[in-house]
Amino acid sequence: MPAEQSESAKNVRAAAARGTAGTSALPEPHEVIAGLRATVTAPGLVTILSPEGELLDHPDYPLEVTPELVQGLYRDMVLVRRFDREGNALQRQGQLGLWVPLLGQEGAQIGAGRAMRPLDMAFPSYREHGVAWCRGVDPTDILGMFRGIDHGSWNPRKARFHNYCIVIGNQVLNAVGYAMGQRFDGMVGDEQTAEATICFFGDGATSQGDVHEGMVFGAAFNAPVVYYCQNNQWAISEPVEKQSRVPLYRRAGSYGFPGIRVDGNDVLACLAVTRWALDECRTGNGPVMIEAFTYRMDAHTTSDDPNRYRNSDETEAWKLLDPIERVKAYLARNGLADAAFFDGVQAEADELAARFRQTCIDLPTPEPGRMFSHVFAEPNPQLDAQRAEMDRYLAGFADSGTVTHR
Amino acid sequence: MTMMTVAKALNLALRQSMEDDAKVLIMGEDVGKLGGVFRITDGLQKDFGEHRVMDTPLAESGIVGTAVGLAMRGYRPVVEIQFDGFVFPGFDQIVSQVAKISFRSQGAWKVPLVIRIPFGGGIGAVEHHSESPESFFCHIAGIRVVACSNPSDAYHLLRQAITSDDPVVFFEPKRRYWEKGEVESASHQGDYFTTRLRRPGTDCTVVTYGPSVAVVLAAADAAAAEGRSLEVLDLRSLSPLDLNPVVESVRRTGHLVVVSEAPRESSITSEVAARVTEEAFYSLQAPVIRVAGYDTPYPPSRLEEEYLPNLDRVLEAVDRSMRY
Repeated sequence: MPAEQSESAKNVRAAAARGTAGTSALPEPHEVIAGLRATVTAPGLVTILSPEGELLDHPDYPLEVTPELVQGLYRDMVLVRRFDREGNALQRQGQLGLWVPLLGQEGAQIGAGRAMRPLDMAFPSYREHGVAWCRGVDPTDILGMFRGIDHGSWNPRKARFHNYCIVIGNQVLNAVGYAMGQRFDGMVGDEQTAEATICFFGDGATSQGDVHEGMVFGAAFNAPVVYYCQNNQWAISEPVEKQSRVPLYRRAGSYGFPGIRVDGNDVLACLAVTRWALDECRTGNGPVMIEAFTYRMDAHTTSDDPNRYRNSDETEAWKLLDPIERVKAYLARNGLADAAFFDGVQAEADELAARFRQTCIDLPTPEPGRMFSHVFAEPNPQLDAQRAEMDRYLAGFADSGTVTHR
Repeated sequence: MTMMTVAKALNLALRQSMEDDAKVLIMGEDVGKLGGVFRITDGLQKDFGEHRVMDTPLAESGIVGTAVGLAMRGYRPVVEIQFDGFVFPGFDQIVSQVAKISFRSQGAWKVPLVIRIPFGGGIGAVEHHSESPESFFCHIAGIRVVACSNPSDAYHLLRQAITSDDPVVFFEPKRRYWEKGEVESASHQGDYFTTRLRRPGTDCTVVTYGPSVAVVLAAADAAAAEGRSLEVLDLRSLSPLDLNPVVESVRRTGHLVVVSEAPRESSITSEVAARVTEEAFYSLQAPVIRVAGYDTPYPPSRLEEEYLPNLDRVLEAVDRSMRY
């Protein structure tokens, strides 16, 4: 283990355990470099697997760590990272209009996603490819919206994973309403059939009124909802200190429910804490807020250029805290997986990426009439007339049926 | 048939909808014990319980946004926005989620949500309590917008809105809440999201909706006394518009006046004028004339009589059309 890696990791943990930030208590220079702008006063960062791959016990969030569990989480993260990288490449090659990378947040997302039970409901923002994976959404179904085919290809009811929400923070209120419905339906309790809802949002979203109102409503109606904030330190170009003077998880206390800060790059900690939080909600002790303290290793989207607003030292420091590497180190060092396992996962990831790529290229452009579908659930003669108008217009072309618009 | 006020008819529609379907919920500010500031939900919490008639925290985006989640869960929330001018914090949820979830999810989700909004002026209120924001909502694809003008329509339109699988923004003419009329409340059937002929006539078509219907009917009485026959149509459905009855009427009269309290620019009166011009150009013997609120913020109430379309302004517009 190189000395500076260990030192940097210590800095992260020390900073996370110590300081307030924002304008009330400026971070030290090395913390600025590490991107640790909003940090905690409580000794709270929950870690179970250290950045060096050392397994720690956490008294409050016990987790039975089996080789199969860790292998599975490793596989999840590698596969998700692989198709995420392919998404970036497809955008660069002109096959996608946009891609929203999750690089660096695999631990935060797989941990939370694998904590869910089948009946639980998830409301994502638009970067939750890892959670989608855990909900059984085929990764190729994420391509449609970024290729301009549709606004969401998967069936959100079936997957119990809502469509991506692009307006920042809207989904938090929708999630709270859904969770209120779970409660009204009598689905809160000890039974295996008990349900909870989890909603995902970022550090930037915490400034939105909808997130505030979502927390007010969730508390007022005892909704079984987990507010899962991935604090990846950056809202496009704005550091988290623009959003808050206090560590984000501490806001929960003022709404009257627990807030926990978890090492978002520690998949085991994210799993254990989210499982605990969902159980709390299922048994009537919701809501709970989780702040997964992580880092956006790539740009906000493929349209963004982070070189304009952050130093590469910062990204380099966070590389040493990678969510996948620590799991790999743990598996390898303890003899829980061999080269064949790692090679097998890599091969599976490459196959997935190839399928992801080919499906993307093969995605058919929908018929123009698609734009009139499902605008309303009930008949709408006005819209039918407009559709007929468009059909007549398009039929006037010699090569009617194909539209060239690029 | 029973005589009742618009307020009572709305209350009855809510009550019967809740009796018919256990998934119907009411949410809003002060809708519980108080029965709403206009008493539209009077007595409902007492009879249906706090879980079905919910006083919410004071946040319109929260009310609409959580109602969306409840609708996704299979409920039929009817939310009350206390006054027209207070809907705007919830506007983002209406535009971005309520209206688009069906389209985005390719029909996997429906959002059977009703957003009730008391609207319009004429009650001597302070700022933000007299507005007519309906045109904003008509511009949003994916929601239906309706307005009632009398007790019978208040009842039937609300019953239909609550059973609709589409989101409906439901405008209630607050200055008509206490006006009485006959309501057939034994059952609700049929489509009320249609333009309704209020008074047949032969000389000039006057189209309106909501609180202005009574104004236009009074103008038609006055015109009749002078030997002029106005045909009065009540749009009821503001989006989508049921325009065929209007076009058909204009083909007979050749004259069209459109009346609304809302500011004139980019409004429902603009839309009706444009579309009738497109569809009945050769039948028109005069340009379509609009009588509307002025393009100013809603004025202090001592000036609202001058702001609101009244009987004289309607008759003056009819005169101009007929003189053309």
